[in-house]
Amino acid sequence: MSEGFHSLQEFMSYTKGMLYLLSVGYLVAFVFFWRYLHDRENEDD
Amino acid sequence: MSEPGTSVERPLLSPFNIIAGTIILVGLWLSYLRFTGGLGAVTNLDNNNAWGFWIGFDLLCGVALAAGGYTTAAAVEVFGMKKFHAALRPALLTGFLGYSMVVVALLYDVGRPWRLPYPFVLSPGPTSVLFEVGACVMLYLIVLFLEFSPMALEWLGERKLRRVLVRMTLLLTIFGITLSTLHQSSLGALFLIVPSKLHPLWYSSYLPVFFFVSSVAAGLSMVIFEGTLARRGFADKMDEEHKRTADAVVLGFGKAAAFVLAAYFAIKVFGVALDDNWRLLATNYGLWFLLEMLGFVLLPCFLFLVGVRDLNPTLIRWAAFLTVLGIVLNRLSICLIAFNWQLPQADRYFPHWMEIGISVFVVTVGVTAYRFIVTRMPVFYEHPDFSEGH
Amino acid sequence: MTAAGAAMAVPKVAGAYGEFSGHPDAYGVLHDITLCIGCRLCEKACVEVNDDLPMPEKPFDDESVLEKRRRTDDKTYTVVNRYDVESHQNSPVFRKFQCNHCMEPACMSSCFVDAYSKTPEGAVVYDASVCVGCRYCIVACPFDVPTYEYNDPLEPKVMKCTLCHPRLLEGKLPGCVEACPQESLLFGRREDLIAVARERIRKHPDRYIDHIYGEHEMGGTNWLYISGAPFEELGFRTDLGTAPAPKLTSGALSAVPIIVGVWPALLGGIYVMTRTKEKTTTREKDSAVREAIETTQAAADEARKKAAEKGKADKEKAVELAVKKALEKTAKESAEEGS
Repeated sequence: MSEGFHSLQEFMSYTKGMLYLLSVGYLVAFVFFWRYLHDRENEDD
Repeated sequence: MSEPGTSVERPLLSPFNIIAGTIILVGLWLSYLRFTGGLGAVTNLDNNNAWGFWIGFDLLCGVALAAGGYTTAAAVEVFGMKKFHAALRPALLTGFLGYSMVVVALLYDVGRPWRLPYPFVLSPGPTSVLFEVGACVMLYLIVLFLEFSPMALEWLGERKLRRVLVRMTLLLTIFGITLSTLHQSSLGALFLIVPSKLHPLWYSSYLPVFFFVSSVAAGLSMVIFEGTLARRGFADKMDEEHKRTADAVVLGFGKAAAFVLAAYFAIKVFGVALDDNWRLLATNYGLWFLLEMLGFVLLPCFLFLVGVRDLNPTLIRWAAFLTVLGIVLNRLSICLIAFNWQLPQADRYFPHWMEIGISVFVVTVGVTAYRFIVTRMPVFYEHPDFSEGH
Repeated sequence: MTAAGAAMAVPKVAGAYGEFSGHPDAYGVLHDITLCIGCRLCEKACVEVNDDLPMPEKPFDDESVLEKRRRTDDKTYTVVNRYDVESHQNSPVFRKFQCNHCMEPACMSSCFVDAYSKTPEGAVVYDASVCVGCRYCIVACPFDVPTYEYNDPLEPKVMKCTLCHPRLLEGKLPGCVEACPQESLLFGRREDLIAVARERIRKHPDRYIDHIYGEHEMGGTNWLYISGAPFEELGFRTDLGTAPAPKLTSGALSAVPIIVGVWPALLGGIYVMTRTKEKTTTREKDSAVREAIETTQAAADEARKKAAEKGKADKEKAVELAVKKALEKTAKESAEEGS
């Protein structure tokens, strides 16, 4: 069940590393999300 | 009436310049000692106390006191409270310079400062809270720089680039608040790994929450405090809107600070209850804890309340000053006093005067940069070419 | 070694997906404190085996060194200290102190540049080639082991026992273990050492405290201790608990991605709500103003109309009156002319 990880440290190193990459990806995606939403509104104004 | 934006006669040999100049010269000499002799040449750091005044004051206090940037930006840009608009640029400038000085101080504290980018470009240690602190501070410094740059670009007359940056304002603000929440709380989380070394009255699983909430109070109070100082030194640079809304900022931020300090006091009490540490309040450390909580959290909270209700900006300004002292007291207590509390007295740490000297030097560099910028760039006034209807 | 004993020997660290028990063949060292005579030959061997450690000022057989309680420093990976424990035997107790090579090292967990590594052999080793010198590892270590070269301006390193990892890879024993004349230091697989320790305690209950230090402390260490005198009298921290260091920060680190995910949406949402409220308020205000203007305008028109009509009526009346007067005057004049 420990999936090849010998220690909590090893497990966390893997998962936290993954989460940082996902977080950065999310923040970048949010920029596009926001711009898409507001480009339309700018037209209305 | 003098037009804001034109330099008032500020002589080269003013008292400020002489004092600042002396501090900077001494600081340069201390820097030489630090980088030719190593940390041992200028600090009292040792193997029992690896983190000292530079971490306690420059990093922990510095980051907390530069929190005015994100709190003001939240109020003005996200919550849409336009009446505080005049406070925004000064707060962002303080934030930008504050965080820059934190990075400068880190260059002195770490053993190999040229390797500071390593965790982010070469060899990350994602299980470390310090990794998160570093990543967020780095990104936030970029955000602050981008938020500050319109002021410089207006000064330089760069219209197009400025427009691009101004259009990013809201996104930058949202990222700034997110990053600030993360690193303010993570500075507290740094101490989660040492329950055996931090006195139980200050150690809590809620350390991240304590640090974040108190950083909001710190930011609001610093905006009030700096506004007070700025009025004394730079009134000639302030335009009508700035002077007119100054008291509204003090009253508004004072009201918010009252709320935040009340909440902070409550959760600190809950923290004591959660770990059943009431008996510890009767010890010497307990007295120190009570001094911090009653004198520098509860008291300013009360002063803010009275000041807001009685429309007394002066009282609010004093409350803000007390709060700022309280934040400094809290961070230094955690890092230097409550940490290693069990060590025998002979093994405890006290900063070397050179450590304090370099900290004073770094702060002075920041203040000097602040003076340079506010006396030349549209911080306390709106540049006539770029006035936008707000 | 019973099956139950073997099962209990391996500490289990609970994670989200189960338990972690370290590398199965990791080595360790068992320090039987009752056998230590304080000769410090282990310290001598350590200096000889490690090139970057200098010979100390006072020779190893100088007993005055033992009068002061020492800790590791940037030139000393291990120290032997003397303890005079009154409750215990008449002679002093000696104990060797060095890195405990934890199963879940706090130094490794706290290092933001991944400079530490828990090797399959069990040694926790430090990589100076990436170290930035932040010294968080020194802050984090619950045993106060790592030290720093504060007086080196260019290449300061963290210094600590390596369990002679390079020697282990060559099949050799750690320097200190090999040098101990009393066999107070026993090298072997961690699981086996725990079994040996249990057996010694079982066989000589009057000689040993019934506790293997390092079995569970901070999640377990690869350096284990058994002793006759109480551990807290020998400079051991006995209040560390069994939670491993990574677990202490796991909660706070887990909150990070949640804040990253929620805050932008929350703040963006607040912005949209306050701006919509602002827009609605502005619109309402504008229409109220317009209405007010229209009403006032209408009232003014009405008043003007009325005034105009009244003016017209007044004018007609005035003309009527003037005509009447003129007629009366003419009538009077003709009446006067007639008589």
